[in-house]
Amino acid sequence: MTDILSSTAKAPTQSDSQFNQLWFQFRRNKLAVGGLFFLMVIILIAIFADKLEPYDPLKLDTSYALGLPKPPTSQHWFGTDELGRDQLSRVLSGSRISLSVGFVAVGISMLIGIALGSLAGYYGGSLDNLIMRVADIFLSLPTLYLILTVNVFLKPSIFNVMVVIGIFDWMGIARLVRGEFLRLKQMDFISAARSLGASDLRIIVRHLLPNGLAPIIVSATIGIPNAILLESSLSFLGLGVPPPFSSWGNMLYAGREWLNQAWWMWLPPGLFIAATVIAFNFVGDGLRDAFDPLQKGH
Amino acid sequence: MTEYLVRRILQMIPLLFIISLLSFGIAELAPGDPVMMYLAPDKRSLSTEELNQIRHQLGLDQPVYIRYISWLGNVVHGNWGYSLRTNDTVLNEIESRLPNTILLAGLAMIVSILIAVPIGVISALKRNTIIDYIATLGAFTGISIPGFWLALGLIELFSLQIRLLPSVGMSSLQAGLSGPQMVWDVIRHLILPVVTLSFSSVGYWSRYQRATLLEVLNQDYVRTARAKGLVENLVIWRHAFRNSLLPLVTLAGLSLPDLVNGAYVTEVIFGWPGMGRLGIEAIISRDYPVVMGVTMLSALLVIVGNLLADVCYALVDPRISRK
Repeated sequence: MTDILSSTAKAPTQSDSQFNQLWFQFRRNKLAVGGLFFLMVIILIAIFADKLEPYDPLKLDTSYALGLPKPPTSQHWFGTDELGRDQLSRVLSGSRISLSVGFVAVGISMLIGIALGSLAGYYGGSLDNLIMRVADIFLSLPTLYLILTVNVFLKPSIFNVMVVIGIFDWMGIARLVRGEFLRLKQMDFISAARSLGASDLRIIVRHLLPNGLAPIIVSATIGIPNAILLESSLSFLGLGVPPPFSSWGNMLYAGREWLNQAWWMWLPPGLFIAATVIAFNFVGDGLRDAFDPLQKGH
Repeated sequence: MTEYLVRRILQMIPLLFIISLLSFGIAELAPGDPVMMYLAPDKRSLSTEELNQIRHQLGLDQPVYIRYISWLGNVVHGNWGYSLRTNDTVLNEIESRLPNTILLAGLAMIVSILIAVPIGVISALKRNTIIDYIATLGAFTGISIPGFWLALGLIELFSLQIRLLPSVGMSSLQAGLSGPQMVWDVIRHLILPVVTLSFSSVGYWSRYQRATLLEVLNQDYVRTARAKGLVENLVIWRHAFRNSLLPLVTLAGLSLPDLVNGAYVTEVIFGWPGMGRLGIEAIISRDYPVVMGVTMLSALLVIVGNLLADVCYALVDPRISRK
């Protein structure tokens, strides 16, 4: 308790909004706050990537590179690749692609997972059984093989990578939402809503989902970095985001060829992936604790 | 318990059936002509007629459902078909790769547990101290660093710069190594892939151990143990620590498939002749009998791993079987 008392922030009171209470808890986790700050910077970079790029990330300059990656100079801070493309510009434009893959893929898996999880948890019975067996099947399939096969089939494109990652990653969310619904469904306020004549849809959307939101948000926050890592693994196997576009993953794939000759080909994109993923994980961890301060045990 | 086991095992059969149907369908959708993989590169310019004849011999001219039924019939009789790439049986292909993957992934798992559990325990006992923060930062770094990037860094540093460790394969090609020298050679080849694989799981497992120990320390029976005046060391090691290992059993069961699936990317980078590489190679070359074999084996293991985790949990925690 001492850290609460010594903290300069005002302790939340009953009248404070939920958001303020959440923020108060969240702020106590320094790693999470650092992660959030870093993420905001990275997201801003991704949004304004085309303004920040010193060069066109796709523009070749073969007369400069002459087939070999050129080391960093004052003109090219991160050097260039063997085709003379500016590595800094490629990392910046890669941030846009890698982050969108993370957000869109998780958005898709959230949509599927929340819909199926709500149906299973709310209606129960044979529908629940069916949905959970389908989830079991998806969980037992070797995901990476499937994604690889589907990607080979669909031809790699940025859009396909997002969709495929999303479609094969909804099971955790569905289980989570179902579990929350099973728990909340028993509570008095749901019986009250039902006796007032609220429709099933209204009960699900207005009463059940908002109350089960905390674990869903945490799980989404932790899902995004996993999707980013998955994209980079796919790209690294040459089956993710296709060239000439740059994602952090396919830059590593390209940099692998120059492992011993050109560190600037593989070090910066890897650092960006690692830092972004760490930041997301810190924020997710901080949110988990903030939503559930009791869990930490006082 | 027996009844429960029988029911769970019977449930596996329809699940595996549907998985086989799905994987067969997806493998079928993949583009490319398997016949081309079957032929040696210099024979790929055969006439359409000759190609059709080979297709007929391989049964590839039959409709999908006929091929699925004959595949299933063969599998039930223990015949998993022949690899289109090597002409070897699928079972032989798997048999030659499986021990390598078990060696690599098993060693990585043991190493990670041995490192992660102490870190997690210390982190929990020294909660919110500088030690805990360092451990947390380290754990998240381990979880977040892409394995293949770490692998590249390790190869660059230890294989290319200081030339201490080999970067590719399972053993040196030079002949004449035997006995302890051969074992040492394999160990040297194991170091970098094991470090790569352990790095992320140490982070993951240590966080898990920290969370479960913290949870246990808040339980009533720990408070009771303290209240009756038990020495703190005994409270922690006899009461809290032993109970905090329970969830670890589940995690170990759920990690079982990794032992056999192999870590695809790590195996590809280090040229480790394991299951992960076999699967990737088979997918990329449309070697669908091998893809099916590898997929089914890994699905079976996920299901068995889940079952084992549940059973072990019930065995070590009598409260569960009573329910």
